[in-house]
Amino acid sequence: MSAFLLATGTLWQREMVRFLRQRSRVVGAFGSPLLFWLLIGSGVGSSFRGAAAGEMNYMEYFFPGTVVMILLFTSIFSTISIIEDRKEGFLQAVLVAPVPRSAFVLGKVLGGTSLAVAQGVLFMLLAPLVGIPLSAIPAALGMMGLVAFGLTALGYTIAWSMDSTQGFHAIMNLFLIPMWLLSGSVFPASGASQWLKWVMMVNPLTYGLAAVRWSIYGAGSPATLNLPSFAVSLAVSVVFGAILFAAAILMTRQR
Amino acid sequence: MSNNIAVEVLNIAHSYGDRKALAGVSFQVKRGEIFGLLGPNGGGKTTLFRILSTSFPPTSGQATIFGSDVRSQAEAVRRRIGVVFQNPSLDKKLTVAENLRHRGRLYGLRGSLLEDRMKEMMERLAVADRAGDIVETLSGGLQRRVELAGGLLHRPELLILDEPSVGLDPGARRDLWLYLKHLREREGVTILLTTHLIDEADRCDRVLILNQGAVVALDTPDTLKEQIGGDVIVISSRTPDELCAAIRERFAVDAAVFNGKVRVERESGHAFVSQLVDAFSGMIDSVTLAKPTLEDVFIARTGHRFWEDGQ
Repeated sequence: MSAFLLATGTLWQREMVRFLRQRSRVVGAFGSPLLFWLLIGSGVGSSFRGAAAGEMNYMEYFFPGTVVMILLFTSIFSTISIIEDRKEGFLQAVLVAPVPRSAFVLGKVLGGTSLAVAQGVLFMLLAPLVGIPLSAIPAALGMMGLVAFGLTALGYTIAWSMDSTQGFHAIMNLFLIPMWLLSGSVFPASGASQWLKWVMMVNPLTYGLAAVRWSIYGAGSPATLNLPSFAVSLAVSVVFGAILFAAAILMTRQR
Repeated sequence: MSNNIAVEVLNIAHSYGDRKALAGVSFQVKRGEIFGLLGPNGGGKTTLFRILSTSFPPTSGQATIFGSDVRSQAEAVRRRIGVVFQNPSLDKKLTVAENLRHRGRLYGLRGSLLEDRMKEMMERLAVADRAGDIVETLSGGLQRRVELAGGLLHRPELLILDEPSVGLDPGARRDLWLYLKHLREREGVTILLTTHLIDEADRCDRVLILNQGAVVALDTPDTLKEQIGGDVIVISSRTPDELCAAIRERFAVDAAVFNGKVRVERESGHAFVSQLVDAFSGMIDSVTLAKPTLEDVFIARTGHRFWEDGQ
């Protein structure tokens, strides 16, 4: 077990160091969601004041959605390094080392999760600007970690079978961004047309974002009206993360 | 089985989809041996390297390393082998020391033991002064040395190297071989390497020649060359086919044309050369006389040249 943890720990540490050494990745994963939030938030906010999100200011409504976008970007992009590892050869040494494949997967997924949560926390320092207290940060840590874990595992299963980063970007645009758009991040399900409601209902990220909202606002806040219940949100997120993590291990064992 | 055996390969076959890379290869490597897998690119040696390094299991057949099966007991095998890849398995964004630290931990080393081993290996391979440098700033030769240091951190009993000399300048190649011999002599490490370089295969204790996934020859380099018999004579001519036929007829020897040159194997070649030149002076541009090399062994056993094959 300690050999397992030693291997997982060292691979986790490698992810941290690599990320911090690549300035453009730090800026990219944090900067573009920030820009999105400012531009879309203020644009949509002043055009459709209070239209869909009840009494809530749109900048505030869009804030947790932006947190989830940061989690999505950081965790997904951290798994692109699997494609690089395979190309540059680091992976071949890991695969012939006397450690279980699951230690490699866990190190990689926890690495992406940690980076995503760290970036999410950094963005949440802006929370007081929209009237959310800073105490929401520690309250939301667990749910942010859970959502990031599932998203990193999802990124892993996509990246594992890819041989180029271009293919990965295509999936990001065609599949992951729509998944985020239809999670209740930009507009609530309550105001959407019927077919969109259905899509949002089967989208696992809807429940991830709801779990984050619940953890920020707690029970009894108007901000959690019309959301799936906390129990359902938590359960779906746990199951989503567990299934994708298991899938990542299975794929890695096969080759 | 005798514990004198480091590697035992029994009838291994491997296919990538429809393409057959290995077709029933068997051999043994003794402990303390430097064993070479020689063959043209595409001959199957890298597939064999990957199977023995436990990168993937063979389609069929069995391979054991120190008695452990590479398929069912991969973890036991992995603890006892050091693997040096052709394309170094280093993280190019990290420093030399960071790479070695990660590699050591994957083999269960930690704390002061790990730091001591890293220091020792970096000194032995003369990369200690580059410990803090990012790997991508190092030359190919230095990267190979760091890769070798990484493969040796856990003191493996068997070192498996894929084309260790590719991309090294002659000086670095000589250093590498001095170090491999040192490892074998001082520490009894068994060494198995793949190569497509004739002169590198010559330095091994025994050589297995692979062609199109099958064993062509297996013995010490000297024995293989002696089996050719005598000398190798290569004649350049503007009319090689005609000359070849004429030589066959006149001297009743087994001449053949390779790459536009006539090639003859013959005892006491120097005497034969003068007879040749006397007989066909008008058809001969130049003649070379040489002791057989492993390439000649390859030609003799397969009927074609080493470099043309495999594409």
